[in-house]
Order: sequence, then C-alpha cells, then structure tokens
Amino acid sequence: MNDLIVLPILLPLLGAAGSILSGRSRLAQRVIAVTTLSLVVAVTIALLVEVDRDGVVVSQGGGWPAPLGITLVADRFAAMMACVGSIVLLAVLLYAIGQPGAERNHVGFQSVYLVLAAGVSASFLTGDLFNLFVAFEMMLTASYVLITLGGRHDQVRSGMTYVVISLVASALFVTTIALIYAATGTVNMADLAGKISDLPPGVRSAFAVLLLVVFGIKAALFPLFFWLPDSYPIAPSPVTAVFAGLLTKVGVYAIVRTQTLFFPADSRPAKLLLAMATVTMLVGILGAIAQGDVKRILSFNIVSHIGYMIMGLGLFSVAGLAAAVFYTVHHIVAKTTLFLTGGLIEHVGGSSELSRVGGLVRTAPVVAVLFFLPALSLAGIPPLSGFVPKFALVDAGLAGHQYVVVGVSLLVSLLTLFSLLKIWAGVFWNPATEAPDAPVHEVGRLGGPVLMVLPTAALVIVGLGIAAAAGPIYALSQRAAVDLLDPHPYIEAVLHP
Amino acid sequence: MSTTLAATAAILFGVGTYLILQRKLSRIIIGLALLSHGGNVLMMVSGRRGRAPIIGTGDPSTFSDPLPQALALTAIVISFGVTALLLALAYRSWQLAGDDEVQDDVADRAVAAGGYRDKEVSDEEVADEDRPDVDLHDHAPAPTEVGDAQTGQRA
Repeated sequence: MNDLIVLPILLPLLGAAGSILSGRSRLAQRVIAVTTLSLVVAVTIALLVEVDRDGVVVSQGGGWPAPLGITLVADRFAAMMACVGSIVLLAVLLYAIGQPGAERNHVGFQSVYLVLAAGVSASFLTGDLFNLFVAFEMMLTASYVLITLGGRHDQVRSGMTYVVISLVASALFVTTIALIYAATGTVNMADLAGKISDLPPGVRSAFAVLLLVVFGIKAALFPLFFWLPDSYPIAPSPVTAVFAGLLTKVGVYAIVRTQTLFFPADSRPAKLLLAMATVTMLVGILGAIAQGDVKRILSFNIVSHIGYMIMGLGLFSVAGLAAAVFYTVHHIVAKTTLFLTGGLIEHVGGSSELSRVGGLVRTAPVVAVLFFLPALSLAGIPPLSGFVPKFALVDAGLAGHQYVVVGVSLLVSLLTLFSLLKIWAGVFWNPATEAPDAPVHEVGRLGGPVLMVLPTAALVIVGLGIAAAAGPIYALSQRAAVDLLDPHPYIEAVLHP
Repeated sequence: MSTTLAATAAILFGVGTYLILQRKLSRIIIGLALLSHGGNVLMMVSGRRGRAPIIGTGDPSTFSDPLPQALALTAIVISFGVTALLLALAYRSWQLAGDDEVQDDVADRAVAAGGYRDKEVSDEEVADEDRPDVDLHDHAPAPTEVGDAQTGQRA
C-alpha cells in the first residue's frame, strides 16, 4: 500500500502532461483535470484512513533506504492537509470552469493548475528538506504563471512583487539548506531530527530562526506579510481562492513540521513564535478594517488568521498544536469559500469594491447565504466550524499561562467579525454609491452560473460538515498533535522500517 | 579554497541585495540571479572537497561529496526557469507601460489617501451649508476670465 503516497504527486503531473497534449480540445482538458483531481481526492482520503489506522506511511524513492533515497512520508498531519487541500483544489477547479474568464481564455490554465496541485501535495508529503524546496518551487512557479495569466498591467505590476519576494525566500531557503547540510551532512528530515539535536544550542537556534524566516515569508507572518494583500486580489478569483486557501497554509505546514521535528524542546523559539503570532493577528486585522474592497479585506484577514495557527504552534502543547491543526483545516475551507463568494459578488455586482456594489441580498440571495455562513465561521460564531479550534486555542493558551496572546486573539475575533460585517453591510445590505467598473451580469435565481455556485455551495457544506463532525476531527487533530510533539515514531518509520 | 568560496558567496549576497533594492525590474532580476548564485556557491562549500566521485576510479574516502553538487544543479535549473519568466514579465511591463519600474501598491495608496480625503470633503460640505456667502467665493475665478476676455478684446 506504500505506492498510495506517490499518487497525489504523480497523478496531477501525468494529468498536466495529458492536458498539454490535448491543448486543442478544451473539453478533453477539463475532463482530464477533473478526473485527475477527483482521483487525488479519493487517494488522499484512503491515505488519511490508512495513516490514522496503521501509523506513518513511508515510501523510499528508487528503493534506496533513507537517508540516501528520496523519502515520501505521510503522518496524520500531512495526510489531513493533503486531503483537505485536494478537496479544495477540486472545488476551485470546477468553479474556474464555470466562470467566464481565466480558464476559458487560456490554453495553459488546466496544465499549470495541475502542476500547482502536484506541488501542494509534494510539499505536504515530502520527507526531505531539499525536496521540500523543489516542491515549493513547483508550486510557486505554477502560481507565478497563474497570477499573471492574462498579462494585464495591474497583474504584471503586482505579479512582479509576488515573484520577486518568493524568489528572495527561495534564495534564502537554498542558503539555509546549504548551512544545514554543512553542519549535519544530511537533508533527510528524519535524519536531521537526530543530528540537529547534537549541534551546539546557538547553531540550533540560528537554524530555527532561519527556517522560520524562510517559511514565514511564504506563510505571511508579521514582518514578512506585506506582499500578500498587494498581490492576491489581482489574480482571477478562482486563482486567488486557491492561493488564499492553500499556499499560505503550505508555509504554515512547513513551519509546524520543521519546528516540531528538527528541534528539541529547549531550542524551539516559543516566545518568538508567540510574539510574532500576536503582532500578526493585530496588524492583519487592523489592515483589513481599513480596506474598502472585498478581496483586500479578505486578504488582510488571511494574514491575521495565520497568527492563530502560529499561536497554537508557539504554545508547544498537545492542546495548542491540536487546535492549530484543526484551525488550519477549518481555515483552508472557510477562506477558499469566502474568496469564491468574492468572485460571485464580482460576477453579480460588476465590482468587488464596497462602494460600487450594493443590495445583493435582494438580487442574489443565494450568494448572500454562501457568504454569510463561512464569514460567521471565520469569526468563530458558535455552531460553525471556526468556533471549536478557536475555543481550543484559547483554552490551550490559558492552560499555558499566555494571557496576553489569548486576550489579543479574542479581540481579533471580534474585529474579524467587524471586518466581515463591513463587507456584509457594504455589499449585501446598503445600496451602491458609485457605478460598478464592469457591466452587471444578468443573473438567475442562483446568482451566477451553476458551475460557479455549486462548488461554492459544496465547500460551504464541507465547512458545515467540519462543524458537525467537530468531535472526531478534533480527536484526529489531537492524535496528529501527539505525533508532532513526539516525533520518534516518524523517525523510526523513516530510518528503520 | 573554502574561505575564497565563502567570501565569493558573501560578495554575491551583498551585490545581489543592493540590486534587489533598486526600482527597475531588470536590475532586480540580475540581483536575484546573483543572490541565487550566492546560495549555490555556499551549497558547494557545504560538502567535502576531493576527486571526482566516479565509482571504481579510486578510494571513496578521497572523493568529493556529490550530493551538494546535485542539489546546486537542481537549484540552478530552477532559478534559470524562473529568471526566464521574470524577463518575460519585465518585457510585458515594458510593452504595456514603456517602463519596467516596480510601482507601489496602488490600492493601498488609495486607501491611505482616501480616508483623509473623505473626512475633509465632508467637513467642507458641512461648512458650506452653514455659510451662505460661499457661493461668491466659489465663482471667484469667473470674473477673471471675463476680465481676460475683455483684455483680449481691447488688444
């Protein structure tokens, strides 16, 4: 069954190749992409079930034993992320097919999107630090193309910022890998876990901070977040949705993986992480409140909510990490849904600026419902999926005596609600005060093309499902957190199968 | 040898950082290339020095470490591809705007300026409603135009 772990990376790459070959027929491209991603969803669900039942699944590339071969590893956290990621990728693909725009006008969209999917899966499943770099590059190169697809002037402008900042992060990543290899003589993650703990404490701390900076740029942590609200809103809305939902979370995954696996308890930068989490939450949400555009408010919200996940990590307790894992799962789904409804708003109202759209609660009531549920969920209103991880985080923070960060997180929840209600009031309730940029589409009862509304509705239902199954998912997150804090089974599974 | 390479990496990082802080995309691209070269040189330094690592040509303990070389090669290929993409972006920017300067976040500037503008406008409107003689003040330039026209006629 170890071959299962290769499929989430291999299938999208094969699909991308097929998609390039069938470039003449848009229908064939769509069939290939949808089939591939549906298969990946099935495979990752099977993988998650297997990992949760039998423990860590390992595959050694080419049959070379670790640390020589290229290792793929799936533990509970990685399998959960890969599973949620593939579901979101499939939903967004369907939405992109339904939307007039990006996907229909560009022959390369499907193949690049599949390469992005492969990169995301590879980042979650790799067990090798250099392979993580390659997976990141695969994902980022695809994202560079997606963000500038169309080549409009504003896309080129913000695309440049995005590409340049990502490349600086990549150059830093290569440098960090070089330094780590020089100090330890290996790039296999499980092998590194043992060898880094033999280094002097100063060197260990330096590596911890270097890795935090490298992945902090990708995850948009406080001093390194400025590129995100500039570049994300410019891309076509399905592209923005998948970036918002997944790319930053891949950064968070890498931070959690490296900080817990590599470093023993005494050289983890817990205080630094908590301080960064606090400031990230505050700065992000204050930025969101100041904006006047749906996509920009949501983009600043991403920054703010990355802080919650890092807060859970910074506590370095089972409860904190379990909350962080659950929060990441919830946030991927909720945020993608919100950006997809942002695209629907743009489609229905002709603009995403609050002053140019209005009264959508009457003209497009379905879109209003599709926005309202994930918005309340993101703010952490009780019956919805955001409440459980937020409650768990606050509980874990109080247990760890981190009162400042808990207080800030509660305040930020309130401000999140405020920023989302600003969208609600501006777009759905109040009339527009200025004319929209684009012509308003004639919409039926659904409030958009069926293929745009259905995937969004499906993701809303997944979000409600997370809320309904909060008990089992939290239990799974707790098991994942136990694995993260005690990586011995992971190391044993890779090095001594 | 190692010191020379380390110094080379340091210089590449320094020059690369300077170029990245420029406004023109063409300079930023060169800066990024130098930065990634710096990373690659550092990668080469991280392994053991020695003879070419070909099995059967000698004692393996005298071989150089082949892994960092393979890693650096991968990194070079990746940075080559991305540099090509960036050059295409710079060309597109030149096509569209006649320039490859990286501009500031436009929407951010609008938000920063907008908050204050709204407030001032609303204050003035309130003040205008309170002052009936403000109409005269608003039409002040009109007589000048008439005056200019008259001057023109006289000339």
